[in-house]
Amino acid sequence: MTDVILEARDLKKYYPVTKGLLQRTIGWVRAVDGISFTIERGKTLSLVGESGAGKTTVAKAVLLLEKLTSGSILFEGKDIYRFSKSQLKMEYRPRVQSVQQNPWSSMNPRMRVRDIIAEPLVVNTKRTKEEIRSRVLEILDQVGLAPNQVDYYPHEFSGGQRQRIAVARALALNPDLIVLDEPVSALDVSIRAQIMNLLKDLQDQYNLSYLVIAHNLATVRFMSHTVAIMYLGEIVEFGEAEELFTRPLHPYTRALISASMLTLPEDEDKGVEKIILSGEMPSPLNPPPGCRFHTRCVEATDKCSKDVPEVREIGQQRVKCHLYADPSVRSAVSKGPDAGPAGK
Amino acid sequence: MLSIMPNIEDKTRPRISGLSRGARILRGLSLVIPATVLALMFLTAIFADLAWIGLPDVGLSPYHPNDQVLKERRLPPAFIEGGSTEHLLGTDNLGRDVLSRVIHGARVSLSVSLLVIFITATIGTILGITAGYLGGRIEGFIMRVVDVALSFPGLILALLLATIIGPGYMTVVIALSALGWAGYARLTRGESLRIRQSDFVAQARVNGASTSRIMLRHIFPNVLNSLIVIMTLAVGMMILAESMLSYLGIGISAPTASWGSMVADGRNDLDRAWWISTFPGIAIGAVVMSGNFLGDWIRDKMDPRLRQL
Ligand SMILES: Nc1ncnc2c1ncn2[C@@H]1O[C@H](COP(=O)(O)OP(=O)(O)O)[C@@H](O)[C@H]1O
Ligand code: SF4
Ligand SMILES: [Mg+2]
Repeated sequence: MTDVILEARDLKKYYPVTKGLLQRTIGWVRAVDGISFTIERGKTLSLVGESGAGKTTVAKAVLLLEKLTSGSILFEGKDIYRFSKSQLKMEYRPRVQSVQQNPWSSMNPRMRVRDIIAEPLVVNTKRTKEEIRSRVLEILDQVGLAPNQVDYYPHEFSGGQRQRIAVARALALNPDLIVLDEPVSALDVSIRAQIMNLLKDLQDQYNLSYLVIAHNLATVRFMSHTVAIMYLGEIVEFGEAEELFTRPLHPYTRALISASMLTLPEDEDKGVEKIILSGEMPSPLNPPPGCRFHTRCVEATDKCSKDVPEVREIGQQRVKCHLYADPSVRSAVSKGPDAGPAGK
Repeated sequence: MLSIMPNIEDKTRPRISGLSRGARILRGLSLVIPATVLALMFLTAIFADLAWIGLPDVGLSPYHPNDQVLKERRLPPAFIEGGSTEHLLGTDNLGRDVLSRVIHGARVSLSVSLLVIFITATIGTILGITAGYLGGRIEGFIMRVVDVALSFPGLILALLLATIIGPGYMTVVIALSALGWAGYARLTRGESLRIRQSDFVAQARVNGASTSRIMLRHIFPNVLNSLIVIMTLAVGMMILAESMLSYLGIGISAPTASWGSMVADGRNDLDRAWWISTFPGIAIGAVVMSGNFLGDWIRDKMDPRLRQL
C-alpha cells in the first residue's frame, strides 16, 4: 500500500467579486474548482499550469493561508480543517513548510540570515540559543552556503542564494512536506538547475515530500514523481511523471510540452509541427462552458463547447477530455500512441 | 556539499553607477553640516551649566540666564560699535546676557522637542501598527480617533490647556503630544497595511508566529526607516511649535529662557536692539533647517537596497 502523506479532496476556492459601495457580490472567481490529488511520502507531486490557473491558491489552502470554499485536505489521514489550534501548532505547522516564488519578498529585509533561518525554531521549539545556533549552521551547510554568511542581510545575496536561504528556513524543523510555489521561476535560467538538484538531493536525504508548483513543465520534469496539469481551476490530466511525459494525453498537456521545448517522442519520428498554444487563458470569472479548454484547443469539436468532459482513466493516467470518452472518437487520438483502454 | 561564496551567482544585480565628484561632495556636506549643527546644539544644551552634576558655577553659559543688570540694558553684541566682549551677543531689555539665554534656551527647546517626539512616536506607532495589522473594528476605531486628532485645531487645544493648567513646560509637552501622535499612527498604519500583505509575513504565519511576534519582529523593524525619517523631520517642527506657543505666551513663561519667548521679548526692541530677537531666531532657523536636511539625508540613505552605495 502506498503511504499517502497529503490528500486533497475536491478542493474549491471561489473568490467573491464585489461591486459598488455596498460591496454587492456580482460573481465568483473560480480560482480552484474541484480538484483532488494525493502526495506520497518521499515523493514529489508537481502542479503545472499557466499563470492564473489556481496553483498558488492550492498552495495557500494547504498552508492554511486561505480558507477553502469547500473540500477537505487530509494530512496523514486527518482533516486539517478539523485540527484544534494547539493540534495545528504541534502536529501540522511544524511539519509542513514552504518555499515561495519570489526570494526578494519572502524574507524580512531587516532580519539577518541567522534569524531568518532560526525563526521556525524560535517559534515552534524550546531550544536554547546555542542549540539554535548550531542547527542554523548545520542547515546552512546542507543548502550550500558558507557559515560566515549568517550575519548578512538578505539584500546582500543573489536570487539563487536567497532561494537557498529560503530552503534552509523550510528545512529548519525537519518537516515532512514542503510546498514549493514556483521555487525557481524568479531565478536566472542558469541557476535553476542548481536549486532543483539541491531540492532533489535533500529529498533523497530526508525522505521529504514535495508539492512543487510550476508553469513550465521542463522545470519539473526531472524531479517529479507524479504530475497534475491544471487549467482554469481544474486538473485536466494527472499521472506518473514518466508516463505523462512520454505519453501526454490531454491536448493542453501536449501544448505545454511543446511550449516548454520538450520534444514529444513521436514528433521526432514524424516531424510533427509544434503545437502552438494560442490566445490567453479565459478568465476564471466566466469559465467557458463545456470543456474549459475548448477556446484554445486544436482538437475541439462541437461536443467540446457543450458538454463537460468526464475524467477517464487511461492506464495509470487520468484525463479530462472528450477525445477519450467513447471509442468512436478515439480515431482523433491517432497522434497519441497506445491511447485508450486498449493500451492497457 | 558545495559551498558558494557571496555573489558568485550574481551578475544581474543592478549597481547604481557612481555619482559625479561634485554631487558626492554635496551629498557629504548635506550630512556633515546639519549633523554638526544639531550635535553642537545638543552639546550646548547639555553643558549649558553643570548644575545637574553639582557644579553650578561651571559651564558654557557665561552668566546665569536670568541675572539682570539694569545698568547694562540693550548692550549691543561685541562685534558692533559700543559692544564689549563681556557680552558677546549683547544684553536684552532687562540687562540679561543674550548668549547665556540662547544657550539655556537650547535646553528648553530641544528637551521639549525630544520629549514630545518620544511620546508621540511611541503612542502613534503602537496604535498605527495595531490598526494596520489587525484591521477590522479595532482599525476603524483607531483611525476615527486619528481623523479627529488630525483635524482638531492644535492652537485652540493649547490655549484651552494653558487656561486650565496654566502655561509652562508640561503644558507645551501635553499640548503638542495630545494631537501629535496621530501623524505617526497614520504613517505606521499605512506602512503596516502594506507590509501585512508581504510574502515574508505570510511565511511567518506559516511558521506559526504569534500576532505579537509578527508585529514586533516583522512589521515594526520595517516601519522603523520611515519612522526615523519622520522623527528627525519633527525635531525642527516641534521646536518651531514650542517657539510659537512660547511666543504667544502659552508656553514657557518668564523668566525661563526659551527661544520662542526670547523672540517674543525682543519684538518691541527690533528697531533699537535687533539682537535680542535675532539670535534666538537664528538658533531656531539653524536647528529647524538642520533637522530637515538630516531627515532628508536619512531618508535617502536608509533604504536598505540603496544602503550599500
Ligand atoms: N485574493 C484573491 N481575490 C480574488 N481573486 C483572486 C485572489 N487570489 C487569486 N485570485 C484569482 O484566482 C485565480 C488563480 O490565482 P492563482 O492561484 O494565484 O494562480 P496561479 O498561481 O496558478 O498563477 C486568478 O485568476 C486570480 O486572479
Ligand atoms: S474536450 Fe475537446 S476541447 Fe477539451 S481538451 Fe479535449 S478535445 Fe480539446
Ligand atoms: Mg502563482
